[in-house]
Amino acid sequence: MHVPADYYLRILPELVLTATAVLIMLIEGGARLGSRAALSGTVALIGTAAALASVAVQSAHRGEAFSGMFRVDGFSLFFHGLIIAATLIVLLLSIGYLRAQRLQRGEFYALLLFATVGMCLMAGSVELIMVFIGLEISSICSYALCGFWRASARSSEAALKYLLLGSFATAFFLYGIALTYGASGSTNLYVIARSLSDVLAGHGSLILVAAALMFVGLAFKVSAAPFQVWTPDVYEGAPVAVTAFMSAGPKAATFAVFLRIFYVALGRYSHTWFWMIWVAAILSMCLGNLGALRQTNMKRMLAYSSIAHAGYVLVAFAALGEHGISAAMFYLACYVAMNLGAFAVISNLAQQNERFIDLHDYAGLGFRFPLQSVCLTICMLSLIGIPLTGGFLGKLFIFKAAFQNHLVGLAIVGLLNSALAAYYYLRVIAFLYMRPATVEVSQPQRSLSMNVAMVACAVGVLWLGIAPNSLLNFVVHSAGALTGR
Amino acid sequence: MDLLNHSILSALLIAPLIGALLVLLAPGERAVRWLALLSSLATLLLSLHLPFHFQNAARGMQFAQDVPWISALNIHYAVGVDGISLWLVVLTTVLSLVSVLTAWNSIRHNVKSFYFLLLLLQAGIIGVFISLDLFLFYVCWEITLVPMALMIGAWGGAQRSFAAVKFFVYTMAGSLLMLGSILWLRNLTGTFNVTAIRTELASGSVVLAPHTEVWLFLGFLVAFCIKTPIFPLHTWQPLAYTEAPLPAVIMLAGLMSKMGAYGLIRFDVTLFPNASHRLATLVVVLGLIGVVYGGLLAFVQTNLKRIIAYSSLSHMGLVVVGAFSLTTIGTQGAVFQMISHGVTTAGLFLLVGVLYARRGSLELRDFGGIASQMPVFAGLFVWLAMAAVGLPLLSGFIGEFLIFLGAFTAQHWFGIIAALGVILSAMYLLRMTRLTIWGEPNATAAGNAAISDVGTLEGWVLAGLAILTLWLGVGSPLFLKPTLLSAQALQPISAPAPATNTASPLAQLKRGVL
Repeated sequence: MHVPADYYLRILPELVLTATAVLIMLIEGGARLGSRAALSGTVALIGTAAALASVAVQSAHRGEAFSGMFRVDGFSLFFHGLIIAATLIVLLLSIGYLRAQRLQRGEFYALLLFATVGMCLMAGSVELIMVFIGLEISSICSYALCGFWRASARSSEAALKYLLLGSFATAFFLYGIALTYGASGSTNLYVIARSLSDVLAGHGSLILVAAALMFVGLAFKVSAAPFQVWTPDVYEGAPVAVTAFMSAGPKAATFAVFLRIFYVALGRYSHTWFWMIWVAAILSMCLGNLGALRQTNMKRMLAYSSIAHAGYVLVAFAALGEHGISAAMFYLACYVAMNLGAFAVISNLAQQNERFIDLHDYAGLGFRFPLQSVCLTICMLSLIGIPLTGGFLGKLFIFKAAFQNHLVGLAIVGLLNSALAAYYYLRVIAFLYMRPATVEVSQPQRSLSMNVAMVACAVGVLWLGIAPNSLLNFVVHSAGALTGR
Repeated sequence: MDLLNHSILSALLIAPLIGALLVLLAPGERAVRWLALLSSLATLLLSLHLPFHFQNAARGMQFAQDVPWISALNIHYAVGVDGISLWLVVLTTVLSLVSVLTAWNSIRHNVKSFYFLLLLLQAGIIGVFISLDLFLFYVCWEITLVPMALMIGAWGGAQRSFAAVKFFVYTMAGSLLMLGSILWLRNLTGTFNVTAIRTELASGSVVLAPHTEVWLFLGFLVAFCIKTPIFPLHTWQPLAYTEAPLPAVIMLAGLMSKMGAYGLIRFDVTLFPNASHRLATLVVVLGLIGVVYGGLLAFVQTNLKRIIAYSSLSHMGLVVVGAFSLTTIGTQGAVFQMISHGVTTAGLFLLVGVLYARRGSLELRDFGGIASQMPVFAGLFVWLAMAAVGLPLLSGFIGEFLIFLGAFTAQHWFGIIAALGVILSAMYLLRMTRLTIWGEPNATAAGNAAISDVGTLEGWVLAGLAILTLWLGVGSPLFLKPTLLSAQALQPISAPAPATNTASPLAQLKRGVL
């Protein structure tokens, strides 16, 4: 069978990432444990940067590939860029972090890159089986990464918890795929959409069950309530660099799948699944923010906060139509930037064995470590949703979409939740600048790559808040293309 | 000159930001202080361009500028001033200079960060007063929160952290309701531009259902009531005023409270005339409760800063009464009272700051009879207190008088209760003056014997503010003329003001109408 060269160019980022990961495994293969970690880290960085650059090549070759399994359009390009950029930031902070934790192993980078390949496949696939494979590749790598800190019981506990619950959720997703196939006779999203528009209304209940099952599986992955229970424990147990990774890339990739399946394949049935999203949005926002109020462990707090932010994205999701899609996309970009920025600072301050990970350790650091504090403050302000940061504009975009679709109640709940959330994010700033130091925190580790990660995120957050024109226009355009306008 | 007229507002917005950047890059503490001073002085000089080139006879916005910003959401960078905001911009630059000078001696640690935040705050406040785009307005409105909360929290008193967080969360909650209203309004009218929205609503091309208008009105109202503050949403205020460092409290009481009152006039009254008319009594009653309640509480306080904090509640209540009397004269009075209150409050806070720097206390019982040690201080204290009370010839009198005229026109009992506020303010301010600087020297407070009079810098700043109150009082026509047409244009369409109120207040006085 002849495969056009275009097909390979359309999955170029995936190919580059896979090649890099395999190369890392070869480098590590013959060496003493951990002795070549620095080299592997550098290779991983270069490979990921190359993958990011190859997204540009991809964008020059839009279209379908491999019998319509894979699709390069604005939507998938956006998520490719976002996911690979997130991995790049995670790599930058892990290089310093692993050194501080004495966890330098090359496998870490290989796992990270394989996970990224999985996520990129999720973003580009329009075939449920391929989506499932991508989801599994990224999930299995994340399970392993969670338990990467083997000396720590918490890390192993997190890995086990995530593995058990995660496999369970994946099974739900698979059931959903099977039922969808039963109802429509295909696993290709666009074919499903076409055949569902032909069939008589008799399949409505089957589709509703299929949508519900897929919703369970995907909601688990984005830690949306009521499937969020695992999040705080896993986020707390996993090494900070892995927590940072899990809170960014997989979330974005799963939302990409979420949006594509529900809008493209099941778009006609939006009136039936709309209420699931609506309820999950309200529950996620409220439970996430209420849970975060009393946390003093930074990782746990950000875990609850990530539940709440999944809720905000779901608000955009519930605001059906291209306004909702573009709002969700833009918000995910902002969320990735601000969340990774916060985690970059946390991992920088954590020190060996993650000694300084509690809010109380942060008291009085503001004027001692200005770079870390300013970056963390900018990210916290963005998480609150203060103007001139991406977090604000993202939220504005979401609530505007909600108002536009007459979801006034949902928008008001979201706005009130933002006020509630202001308290616990602000508390971090208050500890940094307004409290005298109580714990003797040693100088944070000097690491150029970590500083680059922190500053890049902080600058990105401000850029998204002040000059978002190009990205916003791109997002609006590609959301319109997704809904087939 | 045309070019300058066109870009003066942007220059005003950018000048403090450049100052902030320079402060950030400055090498030493001395350089930081001087750069901040130069920046705020330059901004003040720039802002003086506005009153000199303001066309009193022209309607609508002046010095306007409109540049697209975020095209996907149809957001513009649109700025301009009219008679309502003209003097508030100038007040901002004046009080920012005062604040920078106050910080000269009172801020001793992390000087660079403090001045950086102060200049950032100045830019934000100017932005609030000149924005004509609801999005831009909201951006500036919220952005002022951050430097202020940090200033309270990092340089404030013993309870600073709690005060900062309470201030932030309280204000943020109100702002988000306003954001809801803004988005809803955007959805109905398709634009963020204030002038365009007003035109659409007035021409009837967009019709708001009565209950929609009321909800939109309330969304804005809550945010402004918290910021001003207006009873019953004022509970963050005494704490924040007491804990904030002196330069921050000048910005907070002198300027940020005006942001709320300005918002009431610019957005609530302007955009929702029918709802304003329907709910005017409610808002006026809240203002009146603030007037009386604040006055009574100020009378029983034993802490100097708290007295002034509650007096602010009382005086800002009067502003609200003036604005929601929905008369031209009342609106003019409200604007004038805002300016006057900004100057007098800044002066009073500076005065108690002088005492605090010398004695480390603000309790009334620690003072008494200090006039003999501090004659200059005592003179300035009495002057500024009298300006706040509303002694004729000084600034407070004009604003209060015009507000009473407006209130009487609206409802007689509004005016009667509002007038009570003046009696109360005379009571608590005279009590404060008596217990602090007059009377027998306090035997228990040994530190007072050697207390020194105001220093050169403090003296000049205070004298400047005192002269300003006199100028405002004597030269009031100069300040009131630019506000006339704008105040007229604001009045609800459904409630035409009586004919006598459309003439300038001074013309009315001359004709003997009053």
